[in-house]
Amino acid sequence: MTISANHTAPDQTSKAPTGDALTEAAKKFGITAEDYMLPARHQIEMVDPDGRLKPEGEQGTEPGHEYPLPGDEELLAAYEQLVVGRRVNDQNSALVRQGRMAVYPSSHGQEACQVAAALCLSDGDWMFPTYRDAVAVMTRGVDPVQVMTIFRGDWHGGFDPLKHKVGIQCTPLTTQLLHAVGVAHAAKLRGEDTVVLAMCGDGATSEGDFHEALNFAAVFHLPVIFFVQNNKYAISVPLAHQSVAPSLAHKAVGYGMAGERVDGNDVVALLAVLDRAVKLAREGSGPLLVEANTYRMQAHTNADDDTRYRENSEVAEWRAKDPVNRMRTYLTDRGLLDDDGEARIREKAEAVATQLRDGLSEDVPVDPQELFRHVFAKTTPQLKEQSALLADELARDAASSTEEAGK
Amino acid sequence: MSPTITTSSEANGNVSAATARAAASAAASAEAAGPQPVTLAKALNTALADAMHADSSVLVFGEDVGTLGGVFRITDGLTATFGEQRCFDTPLAESGIVGMAVGMAINGMRPVIEMQFDAFAYPAFEQIISHVAKMHNRTKGAVKLPLVIRVPYGGGIGGVEHHCDSSESYYAHTAGLKVFTPATVADGYRMLREAIDSDDPVVFMEPKKLYWSKDLVDLGELRSAHSAAAAAGRSSEGRAAVARPGTDATLIAYGPSVPTALAAAEAAALEGRSLEVIDVRTIVPFDDATVCESVRKTGRAVVIAEAHGFASVSSEIVARVQERCFHYLAAPIRRVTGFDIPYPAPKLEKYYLPGVDRILDAVDDLQWEN
Ligand SMILES: Cc1ncc(C[n+]2csc(CCOP(=O)(O)OP(=O)(O)O)c2C)c(N)n1
Ligand SMILES: [Mg+2]
Repeated sequence: MTISANHTAPDQTSKAPTGDALTEAAKKFGITAEDYMLPARHQIEMVDPDGRLKPEGEQGTEPGHEYPLPGDEELLAAYEQLVVGRRVNDQNSALVRQGRMAVYPSSHGQEACQVAAALCLSDGDWMFPTYRDAVAVMTRGVDPVQVMTIFRGDWHGGFDPLKHKVGIQCTPLTTQLLHAVGVAHAAKLRGEDTVVLAMCGDGATSEGDFHEALNFAAVFHLPVIFFVQNNKYAISVPLAHQSVAPSLAHKAVGYGMAGERVDGNDVVALLAVLDRAVKLAREGSGPLLVEANTYRMQAHTNADDDTRYRENSEVAEWRAKDPVNRMRTYLTDRGLLDDDGEARIREKAEAVATQLRDGLSEDVPVDPQELFRHVFAKTTPQLKEQSALLADELARDAASSTEEAGK
Repeated sequence: MSPTITTSSEANGNVSAATARAAASAAASAEAAGPQPVTLAKALNTALADAMHADSSVLVFGEDVGTLGGVFRITDGLTATFGEQRCFDTPLAESGIVGMAVGMAINGMRPVIEMQFDAFAYPAFEQIISHVAKMHNRTKGAVKLPLVIRVPYGGGIGGVEHHCDSSESYYAHTAGLKVFTPATVADGYRMLREAIDSDDPVVFMEPKKLYWSKDLVDLGELRSAHSAAAAAGRSSEGRAAVARPGTDATLIAYGPSVPTALAAAEAAALEGRSLEVIDVRTIVPFDDATVCESVRKTGRAVVIAEAHGFASVSSEIVARVQERCFHYLAAPIRRVTGFDIPYPAPKLEKYYLPGVDRILDAVDDLQWEN
């Protein structure tokens, strides 16, 4: 078949990107549009669970699916963030156990995905994370304590999305993917080269907004990377109950975009795939779907009991594929990391943990009047009345407790 | 890429460049001077065009809004005038339309989106309830969502099922949304301009049975009045209108029910009863002051709405008036609403819709003998 997949909106046909990656790949390798869009036959993996670089022929790359190894500096930076991310996950889970936070959906075991999702983006790009992606948000540079506001419970979101170009962590599954599409669309209309990374889980790919977001992004030819962390479970429900597609990455071709799957515990492969995805999206090749094959090592949240639906042996199997250990071995063997380096990174992770402990043990004063302050940009007479009612209630409470104290 | 599309300066303006204010509307010069018979559809269409002229961050999209100009022609000519980047068709997916608008608003645009019919907005409910209504609050005010969701609503057009719902109560019940519904041609223009200017999300409910009703209005004058008001920071948001003054009882109505209430007041006048008609105009925020002032004066009230009465905007109005005007009331407040049934088939809708006779019966019930 010829490369005729015109996945640009009619209004953008005139803007159809020259040098489109699909067209280039077709020219260079003589492959079809389907072969370009379909994920490579195997997932992309570069460093194996034992920390050894795989031979190039075994990395899963193919014509049109080639991924250069990221540079050493990027890998070292990623490792540092992996260690910090792991520490953050475990610190937060501990804080929940101590009653300092209501809940924390940990990404323990998925740190490679978290780190790569943040590191592949430039400052002007946007990220739309889920509830599980706190580490990605912190890696993007948002203050850790601010990120945890949502779980501490004094407000829903603790940081300014516009300042950081990070959407507020989203719980209604896949609704944020459409916001990502809108941000990308607005940027494209203004002629900006913003790339937007939109995150969701494996279970969430069954939701309607997943479909609508991918289709919109493809039809409007927008620079959105849909990044699915397939951690094998949606709370208790295994992936097999969500989808019988050959892989989640295969869903891409149905929308006319390229899909790829990657070892989600191999930060080297993740960076290679995401870096290229960002580059292609920025150059005008439209959206992409990347599925990261990983595993949720802990229960869904502290409120969940995962022994009800999975075997310990399965968890143990994945422990051997740990993303942090793998990277440490790889970097050490390559001579890029020594004991000093490791110690320095641990120290940094410890500092973030301390920051979290201090920040979250502080009792932040809440202002009841804030309840009414941000409902509308321009408030209503009804909310003014209700805020006065609460103020009066509080004033009377305060007066009666002063009276009590005076007795 | 259109270089003229920039970020709105009013909302989320820290994103990028300042708003480019385009020169005065070309459409304006083509209009005849002085009051002319104008349909509500034309007034809404003119409001959209004027808003797009005034601010390049205003974008219009939805289903069939481009080449076709919308199934009700409210977006007629916008693609031709402003190009396919500023008025365009989307894939058929209402959640997608609203969700994408949320993202665009976050990133500096002022999307005005069309839901093709009332009942076809339902797939977008999660986006509307969980994001449109809450984004400003969730982000502690950091993100504004200046977007307008236009919803043609209500019956009386002989429409088949799923085309005649009065869905305003769902939106009005949702904290964080403003809900406007015009009943006159002039209000159609003014309120849509104000909705687009608003930094809050507005669900703009358009009574589809009034689309082709005409009033004598001067669009040029409405345009200048809007510019003057906007420049002075004035808005009629939250202000009901006294559509017809009267002394004996108050009819409270909105959107498609306002003309019905006016017809009832006209008929009552022939029988010697003077009814005041209040047009609510903005359901959220609700104008307690104007409504209560009227009821305190007349001591009697009937609330009229097409929607089912149970747990509705009409029940809210009764509750509010009762809470605020109890000692002024000579009789319990009555309601004339749609029955609590799914919207009926075309040949049965006349039995369902509040009509003049049913309103007059309710007025007769207001304990006049006491
Ligand atoms: C629309 C919606 N339905 C249900 C839920 C409740 N819920 C929260 S997380 C979750 C599982 C999601 O699984 P997955 O997408 O695989 O992400 P993971 O939690 O594994 O990261 C469910 C059902 C929700 N948040 N939103
Ligand atoms: Mg999952």
